[in-house]
Parts: sequence; structure tokens; C-alpha cells
Amino acid sequence: MSYKTDLGRVLGLGSAKEGVHEWWSSRVGSVALIPLTILFLCFVAPLIGEDHSTVVASFQNPFKAIVVILFLLVAFKHLADGLKEIIVDYVHGKAILPIALVTTRLLCYFFGAAGAFAVAKIAFAG
Amino acid sequence: MVELALPKNSRMTVGKTWPKPEGATNVRVFKIYRFNPDKSENPRVDTYHLDMDSCGPMVLDALIKIKSDIDPTLTFRRSCREGICGSCAMNIDGINTLACIYGMDEVKGDVKIYPLPHMPVVKDLVPDLTHFYAQHASIMPWLETKTNRPQKEWRQSIEDRKKLDGLYECVMCASCSASCPSYWWNGDKYLGPAALLHAYRWIIDSRDEATGERLDDLHDPFKLYRCHTIMNCAQTCPKGLNPAKAIAEIKKMMVERTI
Repeated sequence: MSYKTDLGRVLGLGSAKEGVHEWWSSRVGSVALIPLTILFLCFVAPLIGEDHSTVVASFQNPFKAIVVILFLLVAFKHLADGLKEIIVDYVHGKAILPIALVTTRLLCYFFGAAGAFAVAKIAFAG
Repeated sequence: MVELALPKNSRMTVGKTWPKPEGATNVRVFKIYRFNPDKSENPRVDTYHLDMDSCGPMVLDALIKIKSDIDPTLTFRRSCREGICGSCAMNIDGINTLACIYGMDEVKGDVKIYPLPHMPVVKDLVPDLTHFYAQHASIMPWLETKTNRPQKEWRQSIEDRKKLDGLYECVMCASCSASCPSYWWNGDKYLGPAALLHAYRWIIDSRDEATGERLDDLHDPFKLYRCHTIMNCAQTCPKGLNPAKAIAEIKKMMVERTI
């Protein structure tokens, strides 16, 4: 039972003064992913079924390696942001919410970093 | 987690089937949600038969006829019967709209009438809009100025007045907010399309001097940014308005302030 007024309940803790940066970076990320995805597919699709030396030679081209790394980093950052939106929308438990947010972000960053490391390793060490 | 299924005590049961009118040849079936808070019973769906030869063309005409001639306990809000007051918003044949301006010829088969979805029900077709109205009040729906009040009225050019078209017409029926999944899941913190359309109506008003404060108040991951441009609001608005566009304009203004 609470005698808090309806308006007081709506005003709650006030504005968090954030949201625009995430919204804008998600738009920029999605636009950036259009050319990055096309280039990624152009570079990686022809390598399917090729032997090891061909793949290594391809990723030793600096432009290709940089584009693929950029694609992986931007894609996983975009995925992390998107998952955050979905979790905030649908998960309401006070205990589970921060765990879900932190876990998904860490996993996304881990997989993005692992992908970038793999490409760098192929590019530098073969 | 969000509730994807109705709680046990909200699940609908089959209700009473009222007798068909005698001698009627043009009969239409109405299936209407009934809930009485004074009885500890689940909501039910009652079936009514109406003689369409003695009934007006709008869904509200049918509801009034049912209340007058068949079942006086049927409860619903109505007032102006011409789409101005916004009282008779309800879910008709799956669409949130105003019963007074929704023609029965637009419905195929049985006419199914429920209260606005995901709102607490006071009784039958009457939703509790307390929180919805408080959200509207929270966006300061009035002209906010710092300049000394002029001798006459606050002046506005014709061009600036035109910017309010498509915004001022909102009658606060809550059809849009009740159709928005983001509002269903986070309506406690997300302001919803109706309140945000009204917020934009005052943000864009050339006479208002609190644009910055208004944007500050909305700069919040929940109040504004739960809108994912699903567009149900624009599709369902019985007045043909586009709250999603108003929300998009607010988001654009937020970006303009930062870059």
C-alpha cells in the first residue's frame, strides 16, 4: 500500500539523462555494417573450400584483414547493443537483469575480440 | 520476465448467450468481454444477438442498443459519439479504435469487443486510465514561457501553427498506447505513444520556451527510447495520427543537441 500520487509514480526517479548516445551509435553501427558485411562476404565467401595457404595469403592482404576485423568488432558491438535492448524490454527481474546485461555484453566482446585475434594471428603468423 | 500469457484469474471463460430477438431477419452476433470486480469470477465473453434493422451503423450504436434493450449491466464509456471525446476506445475485431466512429460494416462475421489490451479493467469495457493520464500530465501539457506575458495573446505565424497539425488532434483515447508492445511490457516507465505525441506537440510549439527542459526530461532510456518504431500506434490511431513520427522527430532533436 502506498499513498504516492499517480504523477509522483510516473515521474519516478526522473530522467536518467542518457539514451541518445546509444541510439545514435546503434544507427551508425547498422549503417556501417552494410558495406562491411558486403566486403566481408566478398572476401570470405570465395575462401570456402580453399586450402590453408590460400586462406593465409588472402588474410595477409592488410586491407582484407582490417575490413574483416572491423566487421567482427562492429558486428559484435552492434549485437551487444541489440541484446541489451531486448533484455531491457523483456527481462524485468531486479536480480536477473544486471546479470543478463553484463553476461551478454562480456560474451559479445569476448567473441568479437576472439575473432579479431584469429584474423590478426592468420595475418601475422600464418 | 514479461507476462506472455494471461494470469489464471484473468483468463476468459464462455459467458451467457442472450436470446435472439424474435422475428428479426437481419441478426448480427456480438461477443463482448464482461468482467465484474465485485464478483470473484474470471472474465467471460457474453454473446448477444441484435436486429440490425433497428440499430445504427456504428459499433457504439450496437453497444447502446444492447445496454438499453437487452442487458443494462453492460458497462462502457461513451460521450460525444463523434470521435472527439475519446471515451469509447476499445478493442473491436482486434483493433483498438473508437466505437463511435467504427462502422459495423468494417467487421466481417461476429463483432468481438474487448477493452483496450494490457490495461487494468475497471468493469467490462472500461479500462483504468489513471496511469495513462498521469503520464500525460508528466510531460507538462501546457505552454511554458519565461518571457513576460504579452499584453495580448502569444503570437504564432501561420507556418509555425501548421507544425501542430497532426499533433493537436489527439483526443487521448489511449488506443495507440494500448496497441504498443513496448508499452505493454514497460508501461510503468515508458511514456507511450500518446504522451510522447503530446510532448512533441509542445516541444515543436514556437511559443513554448521550455524546449530544452522538455527534451531533458525525455532523455531517458525508458521514457523515450523504449519506442522501437513498431508503428502499431500509427496503424491503430482512430484519428489517423502518427505518434511514431512524432517520437522519431523527438529522437532527431535529441541527436541534434549532441552532434
